[in-house]
Amino acid sequence: MTAFLRRFSRSLPALLFFAYLSSPISVLHAQDWVRTGSGLGNQRIRIAAADFKPVGGDPQTPQFKTVFDATLFMDLSNAGVFDMVSKSMAPQATPGSPQEINLAQWAADPANASMVALGALSVGNGRLTVSGWVLDAKNPGSPQVLGKQYADTASQDNARAIAHRFADDIIARLSGLNGIAETKIYFVSARTGTKEIWAMDYDGQNQHIVTKLGTTSLSPRISPDNTRLAFSSIGKEGWAIRMYSLELGRMVSFPGGVAGGSNFSPSWSGDGDKVAFSSSRSGDPEIWVCDSSGGNLRKLTAFRGPDVAPTWNPKTNSQIAWVSGRTGLPQIYIMDADGANIQRMTDGGYAISPSWSPNGQFLTFSWNRKYGPGAPGGQDIYVMDIASKRWLQLTHDAGSNDYPSWSPDGRHLVFQREIGHESELWTMLADGTEQQQLTHSGKDSMPNWSWK
Amino acid sequence: MSSRNRIFTCLVLLIAVVSFAGCSKKKTSTAPSAPPLTGPAPTAQLTATPNSITAGDQVVLSWRTTDATSISIDGIGDVPSAGVKTVTPTESTSYHLVARGDGGSADATARVTVTPAQNAVAVANDMSSRNMTAEEQFKANVQDVFFDYDSYDVRGDAQGALSKSAAYLAQNPSIKVLIGGYCDERGSNEYNLTLGQSRANSAKAALVQAGVAEGRIRVVSYGKEKPFCTESTEECWQQNRRAGFSIDQ
Repeated sequence: MTAFLRRFSRSLPALLFFAYLSSPISVLHAQDWVRTGSGLGNQRIRIAAADFKPVGGDPQTPQFKTVFDATLFMDLSNAGVFDMVSKSMAPQATPGSPQEINLAQWAADPANASMVALGALSVGNGRLTVSGWVLDAKNPGSPQVLGKQYADTASQDNARAIAHRFADDIIARLSGLNGIAETKIYFVSARTGTKEIWAMDYDGQNQHIVTKLGTTSLSPRISPDNTRLAFSSIGKEGWAIRMYSLELGRMVSFPGGVAGGSNFSPSWSGDGDKVAFSSSRSGDPEIWVCDSSGGNLRKLTAFRGPDVAPTWNPKTNSQIAWVSGRTGLPQIYIMDADGANIQRMTDGGYAISPSWSPNGQFLTFSWNRKYGPGAPGGQDIYVMDIASKRWLQLTHDAGSNDYPSWSPDGRHLVFQREIGHESELWTMLADGTEQQQLTHSGKDSMPNWSWK
Repeated sequence: MSSRNRIFTCLVLLIAVVSFAGCSKKKTSTAPSAPPLTGPAPTAQLTATPNSITAGDQVVLSWRTTDATSISIDGIGDVPSAGVKTVTPTESTSYHLVARGDGGSADATARVTVTPAQNAVAVANDMSSRNMTAEEQFKANVQDVFFDYDSYDVRGDAQGALSKSAAYLAQNPSIKVLIGGYCDERGSNEYNLTLGQSRANSAKAALVQAGVAEGRIRVVSYGKEKPFCTESTEECWQQNRRAGFSIDQ
């Protein structure tokens, strides 16, 4: 033993050096795999969004133009694929068409734009019309890469909606990705006194109530075709999985989610054919699955202890991740969609609320790695590479964070952050950068990002 | 490469020696030799108020420690460095607190003397209860049971209350029971809802085992959606970690 100690103390400096060398490197690598897997590591395109040119004399035009310009700039900025030219660096001009722009001025310092988005906005006869272009500033001979025209009833909401559509068209054209500017976020809010399901645009605008059941409703999950909202709600018969049709604007029947025991945390498969949820109808809370019509119920898990919060691999629909308390504190597990091949993913602490990335590669979840009475741990958002079980912590020292949900482009997360007893919704890029607060009521929780 | 191999060999040996040391229950030790005592010696105080009760009554334990990194009370488990906790001992109990720190350990004991309740089962029939409503009688005889942190196992100290509840329900066969499962504010609502369900299920199983027909009992979980107490203190959290009983109308 003493011989070993002597030998150990001699090699201690080498050990410490090794640890010193390896830790910063592994951190860098950790961020690399997230950025590569989520596409955030790609070279960003430098783009300028020129203020649009107001056309015609309608008094509403300036107001709609202001909303449009701000929304377009934020959408491109939020996308995570562009290096935005700040408005203060851009030329003061508002070119209304490719014929009206001095492209060399935008390509030169200080703007130094590779691409310029520009266009004109007009209001007439109650219609809002927008013409938008994207020009390649480095290719003055044949600059046009995109030209689009949009029209809708004149309103502030539609000015925003058209800016979202134009932004997604630009993102699709320049990056090949589906943008998220037209996506929605569903969430729980207690602003009316009871917890109801609410919806908003991806940027926090247009917040509005969806259900008005007057009871406690939790865990909203929108169907992949954006037509039905599944959630858990308490009524006379206890907790049931209930369905709200966004097309019909009312509740619709979902027989599999009712009856016997408590039913929580629904999750749609990526093809929209199945719904998994937690149910205690057989006694212990287990993961069950049924068809999206509510029939063909099957129990997937059978182990004493809470099982809850399933999420499908939306790429293959052949696996489910969920939370189980079978060994004590809750941990994240994955299994095949028939309940076979159970694998534990987290190695301790308190791990909850998994969401599976659209490309099937990652899980995001909330984790307190040092949980316990008096323990210093925080509840933070993590991303894990499923194949290697490598993980990266995305939030640090800011409140208690829970319910992360992937955006459909796999590059963003929305999550709940509670500070004191005030709970708000935030978004960030999938590497933890660019955190933005979306809500300010103090009563918002459990966000779920739409599929498209 | 060869130097790296040497480092790995070294690491393997380090792991070996740490796990060997683990046999003597020194899990936190990272150095191969036992660490010398550093820092001031811990101190510990523990009081129980009142220190003499009738079975079913509550006792408030309060404790204070200094210079301790790990504090536990026998039968309760790990506790913060200072705090209060409500307990309901069913027999005379010595509560023993051990505080361990870098400077050694200290302990403190508080004794609670419990005298048996006067024929608990008969409470429903005595003079005073005739004036009670069914609801009040139920509340007096069927008491809520409390759970440890992140646990849904019925504690030893709840057995007395559950036996009394079962006896009352046996005498009043027309009453149906609703058991609500509750959790403290920490952790996620989704997980806490299933934890609350498991707590309510455990309380139901205990009543069924004591002879209450399963069909008379309905369970529902409230997770942390309907707390009894909304402060962020251990005492309040303990109030919220419960299975609550009411008459199922």
